[in-house]
Amino acid sequence: MTYHSPLIAALMISGASASAQSLTISNWDGYMAPDAIAVFTAETFIAAELVLQATNEEIMGKLIASNGAGYDVVFVSSPFAEILHNLGLAETLDPAKIPNLVNLYPEATQLAHDPGNTFSVPYAWGTTGLCFRSDLMAAPTSWNDLLTPAADVAGKITMLATDRWLLAAGFLANGMSVNETDPALLDKVRDALITAKSTLLAYDDTTFYAKLVSGEAVMTQAWDGWCNYGIAENPAIQYVIPSEGSDLWVDTMVIMAGSENKDAAYAFVNYILDAENHRWAAENILYKVPNQAAMEGLDPALLTQFPNMAITPAQLLSYEQLRDVGEAQRAYSRVVTEIMAAQ
Amino acid sequence: MHNRPLMFTILGVVFAFLYIPISVLVALSFNDGGLPTAWTGFSLKWYGALWENADILNAAFNTLIVAITSAALATILGTLLAIGIETRARKGRWLESLIFAPMIIPDIVLAIALLSFFSLLKVPMGLHTIIAAHVVFNLAFVCAVVRARLKSFDWSIVEASADLGASATTTYRRIVIPVLSPAIIAGALLAFTLSVDEFIIAFFTAGAGAGSTTLPMQIYAMIRFGVTPEINALATLVLGLSVTALALAQRLNRGGIPGQ
Amino acid sequence: MSNRGPNILMAPALAWLTALMIIPCGLILILAFFRRGIYGGIDYTFTLENLGLVFDPLYFGIFINSARIAGIVVIIACILGYAAAYAIAAMPRHLQPILLFFAVLPFWSNYLIRTYAWIVLLNREGLITQFARWIGYEAELPQLLYTENTVILGLVYSYLPFVILACYAPLSRLNPEIAEASHNLGASRWTTFRRITLPLTLPGIAVGAVFVFVLSIGNFITPALLGGGQFQMIGNVVYAQFLTANDWPFGAALSMVLIAIMMGLLLLQTLAVERGQNA
Repeated sequence: MTYHSPLIAALMISGASASAQSLTISNWDGYMAPDAIAVFTAETFIAAELVLQATNEEIMGKLIASNGAGYDVVFVSSPFAEILHNLGLAETLDPAKIPNLVNLYPEATQLAHDPGNTFSVPYAWGTTGLCFRSDLMAAPTSWNDLLTPAADVAGKITMLATDRWLLAAGFLANGMSVNETDPALLDKVRDALITAKSTLLAYDDTTFYAKLVSGEAVMTQAWDGWCNYGIAENPAIQYVIPSEGSDLWVDTMVIMAGSENKDAAYAFVNYILDAENHRWAAENILYKVPNQAAMEGLDPALLTQFPNMAITPAQLLSYEQLRDVGEAQRAYSRVVTEIMAAQ
Repeated sequence: MHNRPLMFTILGVVFAFLYIPISVLVALSFNDGGLPTAWTGFSLKWYGALWENADILNAAFNTLIVAITSAALATILGTLLAIGIETRARKGRWLESLIFAPMIIPDIVLAIALLSFFSLLKVPMGLHTIIAAHVVFNLAFVCAVVRARLKSFDWSIVEASADLGASATTTYRRIVIPVLSPAIIAGALLAFTLSVDEFIIAFFTAGAGAGSTTLPMQIYAMIRFGVTPEINALATLVLGLSVTALALAQRLNRGGIPGQ
Repeated sequence: MSNRGPNILMAPALAWLTALMIIPCGLILILAFFRRGIYGGIDYTFTLENLGLVFDPLYFGIFINSARIAGIVVIIACILGYAAAYAIAAMPRHLQPILLFFAVLPFWSNYLIRTYAWIVLLNREGLITQFARWIGYEAELPQLLYTENTVILGLVYSYLPFVILACYAPLSRLNPEIAEASHNLGASRWTTFRRITLPLTLPGIAVGAVFVFVLSIGNFITPALLGGGQFQMIGNVVYAQFLTANDWPFGAALSMVLIAIMMGLLLLQTLAVERGQNA
């Protein structure tokens, strides 16, 4: 298993081949098998190239500014897939062209942001909870254990920097929806999060598990897949979903409406949904995939070592998905600015 | 005449400061273990891994092309602009502001503006659009550095040269440019350095192809799991190659910098 | 001197800037007068509310704070950078380009790698702490990482070579005979420096200060990484408007005001430098 940037095989076809059907796929680094593109090309004779993206926000900015030009398939988290759909940049999917859709769990076809998978196909899903050192602290049970921590863990806590999840911690701790838009409630959450800032070590999206391993942090707000990397390094690290619940995050594949290689794009999405191919993600990057055929073939030892891999789709759907909140996004952005600027 | 020990102390302190993190990253590139928390032994395996990573090598090569080309263009345009401004009979305040603008505009604005603009005009994007974008801010920096030098330039030499019958071109070639050369070189170095590490404008103006990925873009995308020793190995190699290139240049240029 | 020759020299650069900066940025900045659409697109109804919002205490406060931090960075970077440039210019002529080269070399290694190296050094279990323990210092070190001072350190580090480069050119041409003459007439080294060297090289410092101030105030990644995301500079806010909030109109409004204020400051500074030179 490798969590670091994988060796991109020399098999990977570079974009230099000027074939008419050359697919451009944008994804996070290491999110697909290193030879996924090569094997896809070998099987389908469609040339494809992978372009990397660092964050959802940056690829969205690029897609919006250029109307999606040049991209065929893009991996984005579900609120962003919604935005692409609302702006008319996402292709309306024809299920007949993606036979492997049958591999998905029934729950994965009824996701709140896109019931029936009309413009997005889920690739990975999971929860957001608390990742902590069980040998250095007692197991936390509530989001408030993160926001108003005990004295011995204060200053050794990190929260996620991405605004929707930063706010979600506050919403859940106060029993609200993660898509709450009432301004009075927003203010309440803002104040709670500003208070929480005083006991924080940092807002960290990417290196929090390394901090847990080194002991610099003792409790972190984390995505379940990321926590697994920490668990792999140090078994004393554990993941727990607080009593107030979590959000269900879903990363999806979207075919761009302006794509000139739509059939090839469909073929690629279908290829990824194949049980063997999709299982790679679960086995190698320790993320749950919404692919029933793939998950059922998983090694049970994996589920023992990483308990959050075993959560059932039914349980996942008991959590609320982050949705695009439309106009309220401005208010969210302002609140996050207030929190991050507070001293 | 200068206080020698003081000069050496200053250089020592400043260069030590500049090279502290560099020593760390070079050391980590030889660390056998993956995490920076512990030294587990000397190893060259990350260099091996780097060699097989075609993407990083491509990106590094692209960055070099972009940085050299945009620095060269920016140096030419910026120097001409600086000379032009300083030799105008009338000072234009609007002109002054215009030249500061590229430095002041937030890079995300320039990035999105250029992408939208290029998309509107259906300009095919790639390394050439990155270069064009980088020249925009690079030329402002070159211009500023050269202007600073020009402010204390003795224009009577130029007048004397003209009085003696030299054409404008000759005057420029044999007098102005050589005198300006330290500033021009400083400006070019500045432009190159700015371009080599620039991410956001490059990301937005690169278009959708993998063939126009620059190193900062590649590395930013790879930070999901933290900085791996592979990247440290790359940085160390870049530094090593640059020093080698300098040593070679010194060998070839025994005569010293022209105009000194 | 007529304007025709100079105008020809300036033309290529000005054409480039017009085509690739003024027009594209103008098209984006004009959005400041419109509203954000429901889904993040543009709603083309004219409004001044975005510009008004810029002067809200929250955002204006962040701007003032960014200026404060940038100011501190400028002072530290200019002192160190000028000193380094002076020292380099004092070295034998053939060594100077080499020293300049080594001054910028670290910055060809990639910003993220250097920043993570600083994190390795400064974090609670990092190299500096381990070094302190190794030399016997047992007490708990103050927090080095994720503080405002860390952000300042990071910014000074990033922009120091630019100051060195900017100050080097005027310093390198300084006629040593003037300094010698001053010395022969009985002036101390410090007086020579204060009354001759410094004024003559002021444009270099001014340019360096401008570089550092402008680059620092718009920097969003250093506060995010070295500050642990706990400090908001105006660069973070602008970035967030365009990419996170999908609120291009407000982002454009913020940028417009930011650019206007900075241009004003720069013009003032240019005038001050010219006055200082004529003195």
